[in-house]
Amino acid sequence: MSPLDFVVLIGTMVGIAVYGIWRTRGQRNLSTYLKGDPNVRWAAIGISVMATQASAITFISTPGQGYQDGLGFVQNYFGMPLALIIIAAIFLPMYRRLNVYTAYEFLGRRFDAKTRLLGAALFLVQRGLAAGITIYAPAIILSTMLGWRLDLTIVLSGLLVIAYTVTGGSEAVSLTQKYQLAVIFGGMATAFIVLLAKLPANLSLTDALTVAGGFKKLEAVDFSLDVRRRYTFWSGLLGGLFLSLSYFGTDQSQVQRYISGSSLRESRLGLMFNAVFKIPMQFFILLLGVLVFVFYQFEQPPVFFNGVAWKYAVEHGSGERLRSLEQQFAAVHAQKQQLIHTWLGAKHAGDRKTEAEARAQALVVNERSEAVRAGAKTALVAADPGVKSNDSDYVFITFVLDHLPHGVIGLLVAAFFAAALSSKSAELNALGSTTTVDFYRHLLKREATDAHYVSASKWFTLLWGLVALAFALFANLVENLIQAINIVGSVFYGVVLALFLVAFFLKRVGGTAAFWAALAAQTLVFVLYFSLNISYLWYNFIGCAACVLLSLLIQAALSPNTGSAQALPGS
Amino acid sequence: MKPLDYATGDEDAPSGAAGTSNSETTGLPWLDTWYGVYAFVFGCFVVWVGLLIALTVIFS
Repeated sequence: MSPLDFVVLIGTMVGIAVYGIWRTRGQRNLSTYLKGDPNVRWAAIGISVMATQASAITFISTPGQGYQDGLGFVQNYFGMPLALIIIAAIFLPMYRRLNVYTAYEFLGRRFDAKTRLLGAALFLVQRGLAAGITIYAPAIILSTMLGWRLDLTIVLSGLLVIAYTVTGGSEAVSLTQKYQLAVIFGGMATAFIVLLAKLPANLSLTDALTVAGGFKKLEAVDFSLDVRRRYTFWSGLLGGLFLSLSYFGTDQSQVQRYISGSSLRESRLGLMFNAVFKIPMQFFILLLGVLVFVFYQFEQPPVFFNGVAWKYAVEHGSGERLRSLEQQFAAVHAQKQQLIHTWLGAKHAGDRKTEAEARAQALVVNERSEAVRAGAKTALVAADPGVKSNDSDYVFITFVLDHLPHGVIGLLVAAFFAAALSSKSAELNALGSTTTVDFYRHLLKREATDAHYVSASKWFTLLWGLVALAFALFANLVENLIQAINIVGSVFYGVVLALFLVAFFLKRVGGTAAFWAALAAQTLVFVLYFSLNISYLWYNFIGCAACVLLSLLIQAALSPNTGSAQALPGS
Repeated sequence: MKPLDYATGDEDAPSGAAGTSNSETTGLPWLDTWYGVYAFVFGCFVVWVGLLIALTVIFS
């Protein structure tokens, strides 16, 4: 990175943080600190919800996903619009009616105190662990590629987000997210335009899509019922519906973003904004990756996109083997490039037969190219068993560093950090709010001034920020931690969602039945996790189904007097 | 299953709570009711999926 890139990066990141601190300084009102500006409009809510969900990994890894597997990943978001409609129609009016600060406060009103504390505790455990990863995951990639110290990258970006989140609370989070999302979209749009400009001059967009389609990168929708396929229309619709209901409906880091609207209308429209624009947004990020793939059909790509791992292996005994593979890869790439030119030339000339033959040959040569890459990955893992053989996370950052002009590189790196900070700040804000409202105010100090609770919330937010920082630093020593955190989320999410579904839809079930059902279901999930060998995503469904069924059974076994929903709370 | 009655938010809001009436206007020129808004959003989803299917078919 050049000095210009650093000016753009530091200027945007520090500028947004300082602006957030300055605009929200001296915040003393508890409602504003925890919920944000009471006059916030739907556009700001929609942006905040979007910025909270889109972490740095979304913008670093998703283009790599498009490069590697094409557009199919977009199906993962098919359940989201339906989930947001359900949340806007049912969850949101309830939260606003009860005027709650946290989603778990609702469980207390609907059930009882112990169920509320259980829901809040489950959230704190899984989100507290995940908060460290929100900083760690992009830091490991960016520090590797930019040659920065990982610990300094984690600490500096972590302290920046802690500073404005502690100072201004929810209002600062929403305020900074607006500008951070502007930096993200500005950076991604610039990358898209520069990428299009860098494609060969005689290659039209239709040609580019033809090449991408020929290599099966544009298979966006797959109606296959094969459960072994990772991305299908059905798994995206059903699995996505379930996960989005859990995440947007019960996770305080999201609930806090949309309960702050000045009216139900603003909150609902903010959610509907995401329901309409999330799929096209993910499509364009994936398409960016697909076009990077097309770009690298006409430009020699590296054999392995994690250049640091490659360099390490070359310097530690695998140099000869890797250089040989590099030569093979270059020869195969040149052959493939020639075939693509023949394929497109035949297409323009209307020669269908030659077009089909050249395309088929290009696919065969592409498989040989992938075989060379597989050989290189084996050599890299042999040189360093700790290296990740999947280099898709490094595809986009490699393209950015190698092919974008200075200044734009700084803007893109700023976009990655902006995404990390925007989701991280919402997480810290939610962790601090839940600790203050559901534990401190509820259990320790029931009667105090707003200023006291604001101060307590600041301290809890700071505490969670430091815990997340320590966790991110410790994560450097642990392997497969990102996967471990996904497992932790899946182990807890199902039961939390079930508590809310029971609260909303099963009027007969009371707090005692819901509480013991949740505990039993969570125990069942733990037991199954340690005894079965199935995909961790199934625990979302198992936990939810078990909790709903057990709550019905336990309620049936209990005296009718202990059940039934409480009357409309108004106090 | 039907959600709890008070989930529809038709009752008067408790003191201090923001308005939650389902009859609250959408404020949108062509979509007067929330059911209309949800139908519009669902329609957008169908259109996106349709366009993605078209892309899949055209360039396969």
